Amino acid sequence: MKLLNLASAFLLTSFVAVPAFAQDVDRPECIAPAQPGGGFDLTCRIAQQGLEKQFNGPMAVTFMPGGIGAVAINLFNTTRTDDPNAIVAFSSGSLLNMATGKYGEWGANDVRFLATAGTDYGAVIVKADSPYQTLGDLMAALEKDPASVVMGAGGSVGSQDWMKAAILLKSKDVDPKKMRYVAFDGGGEAIAGLLGGSIQVYFGDVGEMVSHVGTGEMRILAALSPERLPDPFADVPTAQELGYDAEWPIVRGYYMGKNVSSEAYSQWVEAFKAAYGTDEWATLVKDKGLLPLNLSGEEMDADMKKRVERMAGIAKEAGLIE
Amino acid sequence: MDAVFSGLASGFQVALDPFNLFLVLAGCFAGTLIGALPGIGPINGVAILLPIAYSLGFKPESAIILLAGIYYGAEYGGRISSILLNVPGDAGAVMTTLDGNPMARNGEAGKALSLSAVASFIGGTFAVVLMSFFGPALASYAIHFSPSDYVALMVFAFASLASLVGSNPVKTLLAALIGLMLASVGIDANTGVARFPFGIPDILAGIDFLVVVIGLFGMAELIHLVEQQAAGTLRTLKIDKSFVTMKDLAFTKWTILRGSVIGFFIGILPGTGASVASAVAYGAEKRAARDSSKFGNGDMRGLAAPEAANNASAGGAMVPMLTLGIPGSGTTAILLGALLLFNITPGPLMFSQRPEIAWGLIASMYIGNVALLIINLPLVGLFARMLTIPQQFLTPLIAVLAFIGVYSVVSNPHDLYMITLLGVFGWFLRKLQFSLAPVILGFVLGGLFEDNLRRALSISGGDWSILVTSFNSVILYALALLVVVVPILVGRMRRGRSEGESPQAPS
Repeated sequence: MKLLNLASAFLLTSFVAVPAFAQDVDRPECIAPAQPGGGFDLTCRIAQQGLEKQFNGPMAVTFMPGGIGAVAINLFNTTRTDDPNAIVAFSSGSLLNMATGKYGEWGANDVRFLATAGTDYGAVIVKADSPYQTLGDLMAALEKDPASVVMGAGGSVGSQDWMKAAILLKSKDVDPKKMRYVAFDGGGEAIAGLLGGSIQVYFGDVGEMVSHVGTGEMRILAALSPERLPDPFADVPTAQELGYDAEWPIVRGYYMGKNVSSEAYSQWVEAFKAAYGTDEWATLVKDKGLLPLNLSGEEMDADMKKRVERMAGIAKEAGLIE
Repeated sequence: MDAVFSGLASGFQVALDPFNLFLVLAGCFAGTLIGALPGIGPINGVAILLPIAYSLGFKPESAIILLAGIYYGAEYGGRISSILLNVPGDAGAVMTTLDGNPMARNGEAGKALSLSAVASFIGGTFAVVLMSFFGPALASYAIHFSPSDYVALMVFAFASLASLVGSNPVKTLLAALIGLMLASVGIDANTGVARFPFGIPDILAGIDFLVVVIGLFGMAELIHLVEQQAAGTLRTLKIDKSFVTMKDLAFTKWTILRGSVIGFFIGILPGTGASVASAVAYGAEKRAARDSSKFGNGDMRGLAAPEAANNASAGGAMVPMLTLGIPGSGTTAILLGALLLFNITPGPLMFSQRPEIAWGLIASMYIGNVALLIINLPLVGLFARMLTIPQQFLTPLIAVLAFIGVYSVVSNPHDLYMITLLGVFGWFLRKLQFSLAPVILGFVLGGLFEDNLRRALSISGGDWSILVTSFNSVILYALALLVVVVPILVGRMRRGRSEGESPQAPS
């Protein structure tokens, strides 16, 4: 263990210390801006396993926790702006942080979005014996009195978990600030809160429900996706089809430093494009609890920037930013 | 009951498979070493080894058994550097330093190590037995523990820790306040506002618990050692061959049992883990003791209680994960991720769909606890010899290990500055005769207290009466009152009796 740590520490310092003169991708590295074990770790594992055949050497996964991704974006805007080897995992949560200025001076235009790993969608979840049989029941109660329902999720007010609730209320012009929102520390605690009766509605992700589907303990009232999802969620209606204009995709993907050479950038894009076509990639994404979303290159960069803009709009409406 | 026995029987078949048995032993041994290294605890050990276990292509039950072995091995190992070096091996081992290290200084390192191994064994086994028989019932109790109940639990924890106040209450309170202040750094969950980030992105999400523990305890201790060395006042410790005796065990048997019960029940609650469990067990034990004057100076009870508790809580945290698919701690969250990686759904269905994994894991925990006791007792002498390494070699070695440990798991150079800074700060506090344990407790309990209080108030819409409406919370407030009032009353009664004793002869 000691040796292993020592070795990885040396490896890391060498990555940071050697300025990236080489323009070729010779030591691919995925940076997960969090502790091991979370969603960013998972995103990097998809790149590591999915791009195995695209590069000569194996891809390293390094962890760079700190400030919900702020440390990583900071580094890629100060020292590693042109590092051709490194990609950084991000999620919709990171996009929201860019939109609401949580990353300080760095925004969506300070990185170069590269490719997506896949996507997940928000879900409105209640306990099996909840009085709310449909999303309509719940929304009727909320429209009458937004403070009458206790809702919760794994993130703070203003986080993307909170945004799921906010956009749903916004779709019927209910002020999100009036809702009773309980912020838990992660989805696990929030689910415990739902099953224990502390909260009545939980705003989670469809993907995490895979492990709970079939236990009969919880019901998904609606998925916040544009259209119906594949099995085992085929029976779950979308908020859209129930008449509520609320969509919350949780996209997972990778960005690079903004000064990366176009050769290196397109080499990465090609690698992702080649992987996207394979069956292995599709199974990999599915195994990690994600739905396919294959976007890369300039098209993807533009799409992400549009999403950030949209989020900034929602955040402004919800009163999160001026 | 029959289902439990047949399940256990099939589980032992899986766990006693030679390869799996080897993995249990390997995991426990590796875990002990990981836990003993300052800076790397169970959560990092499991997180680092998860990808390795996955890529080796083990069968799911084997991989989970290995990771679980590392998990409770690390809970065992954390005590070693706490006792020998006064540097907590992981976050749950902070309370172990309070009496464990003084014991080592008094020439009883061997006894401290062996007693804590036995206490850990009993705590761990107690938890596994309760888990196998009452797992589902306990888990459904745990999830009904609402945020307002957590508030009451924290009040109880603070009340039992009032015993730590010691000779200088003002300094203890100040230390606890410093802990609370450190806990308030980071994004506020209820408003999304960043609190006290001072423009540093690295602390936007708050200060990591590990960083505070290694900084305030580990680094401060090292600076203290270097200072003593420079001043020439450093005492070299003799090799001691002391070992735990039956008499010691008889003396601490109720302590260990109480620690196990407290640890287990705090462990099954999602969100509270080994650090809270060991702190409450220590505080309650000191409160309950008739003569608590030796606590902090090497009292065996002060060592046995937190050690039994942190291992029992490690077992307890597995309950909601296995039965409901809800992780009760950071480490079980990673184990849960590991199960999902193998396409296994933890929860009630796992016991019917994949019994070999559910029961194999539980059986491996029985074996693991026995294995850890067997591994640990003979090694006591070897570990105790560590103290005979001259300090000028030992100190830099620990410093390097702590730096590598913190860096390898968090990979953020900023944390290295933080532990250095906190180390200097902790050293100043020690110079001013502050005790550091209240800082850590303020940090852990304060954060949980605030989060849950505000959760409770958002649930009730700002109505404070929610705090006292549930049965759980009323019981906990009553217990809190009890631990504060009873020692005072008992003390007064005893004083009264001894004053009134001499004139009255028994009739």
